[in-house]
Amino acid sequence: MLMDRQRVRDRENQCIQEQPPTCTATCPIHVDARGMIASIRKKDFSAAFAILNRFVPYPRIISRICEHPCQGECKRNEVGETIQINALERAAVDYSTKRASGITFSSRKTQRIAIVGSGLSSLTVAFDLATKGFSVVLFEAADRLAGRLRELGEERLPQQAIDDDLAVLKDLSVEVRLNARVGEGADAAASLSALTEEFDAVYLGAGPDGAASFAHELALNEGGRIAIDSLTFATSNPKVFAGGSQRYAPAAFSAITSMYDGRYAVLSIERLFQKASLSANRDQQGAFATKLFTSLKGIAPAGATLMAVPEQGYSREEAIAEAERCIHCECLECVKVCEYLAAFKSYPKRYIRELYNNYCIVLGVHMANKLLNSCAECGLCGTVCPEKLDMGDYIRYTRQATVEIDKMPPSVHAFALRDMAFSTGEQFALARHQPGHDASRYVFYPGCQLSASSPNQVFRLYEHLQQKLEGGVGLMLGCCGAPADWSGRENLFKETIAAVQKQWQGLGSPQVITACSSCYRAFKNFAPTMPIESLWTVLDQVGLPASATPRAAKTVAIHDACATRHDNGVQDSVRHLLEKLGVQVTELEDNRSLTTCCGYGGLMSFGNPEVAEKVIDRRVQESEADYLTYCAMCRDNFAGKGKRSYHLLDLICGDEDDPARKGPGYSQRHENRAKLKTRLLREMWGENVVEEKEPYELIITPEVAQLMEKRMIMVEDMRKVIAHAESTGEKILDTTTGRFLAAFRPVSVTYWVEYSVEGTKIVAYDVYSHRMEVR
Amino acid sequence: MAYKVIEPETRKLVCNKCQQELVLAEAEASYLGAKFEIELMKCPKCGLVYVPGSLATGKMEQVELSREDK
Repeated sequence: MLMDRQRVRDRENQCIQEQPPTCTATCPIHVDARGMIASIRKKDFSAAFAILNRFVPYPRIISRICEHPCQGECKRNEVGETIQINALERAAVDYSTKRASGITFSSRKTQRIAIVGSGLSSLTVAFDLATKGFSVVLFEAADRLAGRLRELGEERLPQQAIDDDLAVLKDLSVEVRLNARVGEGADAAASLSALTEEFDAVYLGAGPDGAASFAHELALNEGGRIAIDSLTFATSNPKVFAGGSQRYAPAAFSAITSMYDGRYAVLSIERLFQKASLSANRDQQGAFATKLFTSLKGIAPAGATLMAVPEQGYSREEAIAEAERCIHCECLECVKVCEYLAAFKSYPKRYIRELYNNYCIVLGVHMANKLLNSCAECGLCGTVCPEKLDMGDYIRYTRQATVEIDKMPPSVHAFALRDMAFSTGEQFALARHQPGHDASRYVFYPGCQLSASSPNQVFRLYEHLQQKLEGGVGLMLGCCGAPADWSGRENLFKETIAAVQKQWQGLGSPQVITACSSCYRAFKNFAPTMPIESLWTVLDQVGLPASATPRAAKTVAIHDACATRHDNGVQDSVRHLLEKLGVQVTELEDNRSLTTCCGYGGLMSFGNPEVAEKVIDRRVQESEADYLTYCAMCRDNFAGKGKRSYHLLDLICGDEDDPARKGPGYSQRHENRAKLKTRLLREMWGENVVEEKEPYELIITPEVAQLMEKRMIMVEDMRKVIAHAESTGEKILDTTTGRFLAAFRPVSVTYWVEYSVEGTKIVAYDVYSHRMEVR
Repeated sequence: MAYKVIEPETRKLVCNKCQQELVLAEAEASYLGAKFEIELMKCPKCGLVYVPGSLATGKMEQVELSREDK
């Protein structure tokens, strides 16, 4: 399976974090108001001015007279009052210490364009074309530019502001011809047809009443004005484009609309020169509805900052205060709830691309392997995402593809897969009818991790189910294959699920009852023919064992399992059982579908132990109450961090219920599973199971046991090393300590043990491993 | 990777089979198709190599992980 580029792009586009905020989307020319305001917040008015100037060629004019449609849609309006964006633009202009933001010019082009009129649309066309390298000649009938803007009054728009803004035309080498009326008659400087002859294109900013002069050269609309395409600004003459108030009259003059007309008329002029479609790909031209979602949770209402002297606009301090009110619209809903997504300091759109690029690397370092293997695949992001983008699903897909091309780092998942092989192997796997039965109406599937954490409880629950259910309750021990699925081993996962299904069919396809949320999910999604029910739902129906006596005055906070975040039935059953047990429940704020992973999902604790720890730390701090889980790994992980946690079975079975107890280590987990199988075979089926006797007693100090957990080395690995050394004599004597140093490489890892032989006992002092082969 | 492991002089290591003292010698470490020259304590007779824990859990692990990302 190769990664499908379209699928990657679709996922990338599903992330809305890079969608513009409403202010930008509503602005006809998409000014980055959020960015500008962020600069003001940092007290950097020059940077704010530079941002404004990047979008607006005439910032002094627009900051005074813009109709600011952006403010109408501002999200702040829902919690207080809209941000005074236009007033902040003026503050950026007023307090910037740089007067122009430095224009960048494109290379010189050969085409020449005539512009008729000097209103805001014409001036925008002049600016945009000149910066793009075109030669521009501007014809103005009067003896000065921007005549109508100058009539707005000194208070609203000072002459100085206009002059300062228009100074840029000189820098741009725009040729301005004043007293140069374009039209018919002897006093005209040129006719429109003459301009179309002399120039490669013409822009006509004729003003609201300017149609008459061009009526016999250009088609008019029903209102008697020049017919102008509202998307492309084309007229009936293919070389002539027009816009400004001539287009949108009789609506009143709008500075930002005129600027918009000019900007997008330039796009059409360029397309005319490129012989490209005038109308294609213009769906985000002008104001549009953004898909960006911004949560207003936790934002205190606040009204607009007032101006001490309204005629002077905001003071610096007032502007900064107003900028601080901006909520800086962005989504990041998933990043807020996920330590993994937060750890890599970006957001899914970027991650999706990064992971795909990482996958595509043929020669070079795969920098994003850590990003690939740190996700819990718990589905929380997809639940909180306004667009339902599930990064876990994409991670799973990418891991599968990476395994397929043999680029998955071998060491990351090796230990977990070995653990899984143990559970599906001879020492644990089992499929039996109930003792004394030759058929099964039900089969109990406790799962590998519960069997490893609480083997006695599995034993007792199986006894209980046999008593309560008619028609035979079979037992299946094994692993559902979740570790294979999480690690991207698609084929191994399919084989594992298929093997479970075959065993299940061998028992007569009974109703499956599982105690594990991951098994529940795996079977439900990938073995749909197997009818699956949660143990909790079954216990809710058939009743609890006698040992489950009500507990007075115990209060727990439920941590729901992430694998069943969308299974309300399972979650309800757990709550019913707690009610029956007389346990008081407090709900965590984020629970049920919003629950978090415990750090085990997706093999996160193997791929990125640091992030897994953060996940656990964050979760255990959410409530002072003892936690109640119904997944063995959740309990052990929380308890491992010192959080008092019960497994639901602790309360049901009434023993092994110390919520502070640490879960068993890796070796003990294997041993517990193996012993559970032996005990079941002996005590339930009355079989005589012969256990292999170890030839010596291995002494493991707490320090060595800690090293084994950290280095993921099992007792069985150590025994293999010692057995090999003792049988072959291949070992090294450290004469200073009298201890032996020996190594053994069963498959792809070399294990070393430092030990001494004390009669029939062997004492281990150190243990470590390496994957390199050394000779 | 050329890597030198200097054993503490106080430590005397002896190959159990050959009863020879281990000496610093050329060894080869390989992982995922890459080979590295390395100096390690070795039995001069049978070639049994000693990889110290500090090397295995330090530099060697780093090199392994970086090879895995190639």
